[in-house]
Amino acid sequence: MVKEMNKPSLAEDKYAPMLSPWRVKSKIAIIFFIVLFFLFFSSTRTGVDFGTLLSGLSNMGQITDKLLPPNWGIVGPAMERLIETIHMAIIATTFAVLVVIPVSLLAAQNINSNKIVYNITRFIMNILRTIPDIVLAVIFVGLFGIGVFGGIVALFVFSLGILAKLISETIESIDMEPVEAMRASGASTIQAIAFAVVPQVLPQFSSFSLYVFEINVRASVVIGLVGAGGIGNLMMTRFGFNDYNSVFTIIIIIFVVVVLIEYISGKIREAIV
Amino acid sequence: MSMELPPKKPRSTKKLVRNVAIILAVAALYVWTFASIQIDFARVIERAQSNFDRVIPKLFSPNWDRAGEVIDMMIETIFIAYVGSLAAAIIAVPLGFLAAKNMTGSRIFSTLGVWILSAVRAFPEIILAILFIVAVGPTPFAGILAIAIGSTGMLGKLYAESLEAIDMNVVEAMQANGANRIQVMFHGIIPQVIPEFLSYAIYRFEIDVRASTVLGYVGAGGIGTMIFFAQSSRNWSDMGMILLVIIIVVTIFDYASSYIRRRII
Repeated sequence: MVKEMNKPSLAEDKYAPMLSPWRVKSKIAIIFFIVLFFLFFSSTRTGVDFGTLLSGLSNMGQITDKLLPPNWGIVGPAMERLIETIHMAIIATTFAVLVVIPVSLLAAQNINSNKIVYNITRFIMNILRTIPDIVLAVIFVGLFGIGVFGGIVALFVFSLGILAKLISETIESIDMEPVEAMRASGASTIQAIAFAVVPQVLPQFSSFSLYVFEINVRASVVIGLVGAGGIGNLMMTRFGFNDYNSVFTIIIIIFVVVVLIEYISGKIREAIV
Repeated sequence: MSMELPPKKPRSTKKLVRNVAIILAVAALYVWTFASIQIDFARVIERAQSNFDRVIPKLFSPNWDRAGEVIDMMIETIFIAYVGSLAAAIIAVPLGFLAAKNMTGSRIFSTLGVWILSAVRAFPEIILAILFIVAVGPTPFAGILAIAIGSTGMLGKLYAESLEAIDMNVVEAMQANGANRIQVMFHGIIPQVIPEFLSYAIYRFEIDVRASTVLGYVGAGGIGTMIFFAQSSRNWSDMGMILLVIIIVVTIFDYASSYIRRRII
């Protein structure tokens, strides 16, 4: 008996729509017009049209006029503040990494069987992630006064949200069999977590921690702008004085440091995972 | 059957030395950090005590009178993000092709592309915004430019990665049949990457909505302007309103974007 040939049905062939090009084409056309419509709408609101675009582009020459030459005299004080920025990032990342361990366990569906606690943790973390870093900094600087401390707290809260999401997703994707085997042979929850969950997530955990450190270095530059200490603070002061030459020097320094830290951290992460 | 543990792997001294060195380096880093960071805890505690009642309860009782104004500025923010990420989605295409290893046929070009993209990525959006404010003045246009350039770095990298993952057999087959470069591009490469490109562009738009909320702080338009004024006048119930609108809008865009992206791929 000859087996019937496996003929793909229209429903299971995902390229089937290509058989009726007019449908695809009209769909694409509609999407295209929606995109254009929103673009028109947005550019009238934000005051951008082709004229401004062109004159703006010709104004770009002004950047070099105003920014050059860089003021190398500011390098000394900038370096001091830069180190402060990096310290802020280190401290905030460390505390976030420590606090995220229990939080991410609570936000992992396969570990935390209590639906209510799980949903509440998830909800809080989702809200934390929507708040921009600068807004957090504004709030905590308002609360703790201008200086490093408010910045560290802001970075901590900011990175906690990101880390909790990344790590709880990693925990949810682990192989649950070792956990079940340990539970079946009488291990307590803590023991099961320590010997069955932790070894499985440790590489990703370290990699994500370094990744969040990278994000924090960049964010700590930014939150300095609102008075949370570090090199961003110096930059905002110079910007306020229209001292664009110093601003440019600081931007160069930030650029070099961010690239350097990302390169190092990237190499370490490649080695870990 | 004996209950012996399996034999342990012999520990190499090289690894041991390396681990000790890593631990020492990390410890030194922490000692340096905590020794040189200057936090005046007495002042922090004093400030926190005197400010707490002024800040926290106000944040949770948003000023509804300004809701209309805040929403209006949020719409401007979304428009900035929209125009910016649309521009980035287009600018990133040639850069993505440049950076993809299998597209240019020359390592020099792809290295150059990768370098350009990672250089662009190193700038936080708000610093780009400061640069563009110097050039075009404190307008939403500066914000759009900042978003467009800032997003190009990430989108170009993601585009390059999806270009590197395409099925090159299709391209080779077309070349063998005598198709020219333009034909290969439009019938062999683009159809393979279009869904991913779209999905990345939408994902980046989602990020840009969040990113553009703060650009106004330095004068680049959008809701950030209100954050700046609320901060300088210490009007924390206005800040509460701004925060509420940002949280709601960003959450909506997150969900909408992940829904659309699931449909596309």
